[in-house]
Amino acid sequence: MWTICKKELADHFSSTRFLILFCLILMVALVSTYMAAANIRRVLEGVSKPSNVFLLLFTTEGKFFSLVQFIAFFGPLLGIIMGFDAINRERQHRTLAKLVSQPIFRDAVINGKFLAGVITVSIALVSMMLLLTGMGLITVGVVPGWEEIGRLFVYLIVSIAYVSFWLGLAILFSILFRSLATSALAAVALWIFFSFFIGFASDLVADALSPVRNPRDPEEVVPNERLADAVSLVSPAVLYSKATSTILDPYRRSRGSVMIVGLFEKLSMERFQSPLPLDQSILVVWPYLTLLAALTLICFGLSYVIFMRQEIRSA
Amino acid sequence: MAAIIQTENLTRRYGQQVAVDGLTLQINEREIFGFLGPNGAGKTTTILMLLGLTEPTSGSARVLGYDPTRDPLEVKRQVGYLCENVGFYDDLTGRENLRFMAELNHLPEARVTEKVEEALRTVGLDGEGDKLVGAYSRGMRQRLGIAELLIKDPKLLILDEPTLGLDPDGTNKMLDLVHSLSRDRGITVMLSSHQLEQVQRICTRVGIMIKGKLVAVGTIEELAKRKLGEGGGMNLEEIYMRYFKEA
Repeated sequence: MWTICKKELADHFSSTRFLILFCLILMVALVSTYMAAANIRRVLEGVSKPSNVFLLLFTTEGKFFSLVQFIAFFGPLLGIIMGFDAINRERQHRTLAKLVSQPIFRDAVINGKFLAGVITVSIALVSMMLLLTGMGLITVGVVPGWEEIGRLFVYLIVSIAYVSFWLGLAILFSILFRSLATSALAAVALWIFFSFFIGFASDLVADALSPVRNPRDPEEVVPNERLADAVSLVSPAVLYSKATSTILDPYRRSRGSVMIVGLFEKLSMERFQSPLPLDQSILVVWPYLTLLAALTLICFGLSYVIFMRQEIRSA
Repeated sequence: MAAIIQTENLTRRYGQQVAVDGLTLQINEREIFGFLGPNGAGKTTTILMLLGLTEPTSGSARVLGYDPTRDPLEVKRQVGYLCENVGFYDDLTGRENLRFMAELNHLPEARVTEKVEEALRTVGLDGEGDKLVGAYSRGMRQRLGIAELLIKDPKLLILDEPTLGLDPDGTNKMLDLVHSLSRDRGITVMLSSHQLEQVQRICTRVGIMIKGKLVAVGTIEELAKRKLGEGGGMNLEEIYMRYFKEA
């Protein structure tokens, strides 16, 4: 397994598509964080220093989006790009038959590939976070406390798990579909659906199951909203973004966000409440984290079973 | 002579279709066994069962004394299998491809380089080891395929169409290579091919498989006597066509 993992790692780091995507993500991340930092500096001018400023760097929107939102959208692409051709490329190049006729267990092939992907993602995300943290130190001039570092660490772990989910899904598609283009398209289609259209889909389902006849009647609106919320949780993208926004924001006490507030309002509101400790924040989103982990395991387990039963012929 | 491969009523069905039908076959040590038959006769399926890559529907097989279904790793450790149209990692050099195979075979780090060089020398690719495999000619790729098998010091080689698509010179080199491996290293070879003239040149014994059934097995002389009669010549192609028409 380590042999395959080592080879895949070498492949990932020398592959052009990975480098291009990583550079793109890094660039956008740097720019958006820089803008967020500038924003924070402007708002904080003349205000007494609030707590947990450093985390704002990642959750504040610069011009378009915050870093956390950005990773939630484009992290999956990283996983998909590393996984969508994992097995069927070997099949096309006729190396798979050779691989399985070596004295290794068959599962070592997918385990090695999955592990190599996870290691690559970890290295990419960790190095990016370190770069951003360094830049944040310089531009905002605030040193993060232990609590904040802990939150960032948890955020990293969850992010790696999230990208691993997409990696697992892409590997599953690469086993199911013989053609590279089909498996890539299937993975991307699912990504687009779960990230962008799940909101519409869950509204549709909610409207169908508990229709709102009178939009002013809370008796009807609340169940409808609840249902829409519950349905949208099938999307790992929703799970992830809700989980991480709570982890990175100590002032958030519930999983759903009720109001949208600007940075300045947010800072002033904080004077009237105290932040949650890290373990309490994690507790709030614990169900989401377990769901996310379960989805990843299901994906990987499914690929495992299918791959072990498949007959591999050279032709 | 010890039996290297022994199968008893080996059968494999895909749904209604019978791919291999009650195959009983023995291949002995140091033989070069020619495994003949038209496309789709079940040769590849038989080979997959011998390697434990496919489970037989019924019947049993023993390869080097191991049951391939229960002990596939032990079989794969000692059997070199060159599949039809073998593929390589085209973005690696020949040497790197061999190195990867050596590591997959759990060769100790210290022996990898030595083994790789030796295998390259044996197949006559020692000058081209640092070229990317993508730039190899078809003949070179096939020889690299053999080199990959030699890395694990196999007791048995199973070659599926090793000369397919090679030019006459490449074909001859390939056959000479297989012949010398059998003669000098005592490796048993099972070789499937459509090029009967070449099979006749190097094989000690042949088996003919048609529609999943082994219709004939023996030395070429034995088969010639049976089908063409005394003094009927020893042309394998003629023998093969007789069997083919009868089936």
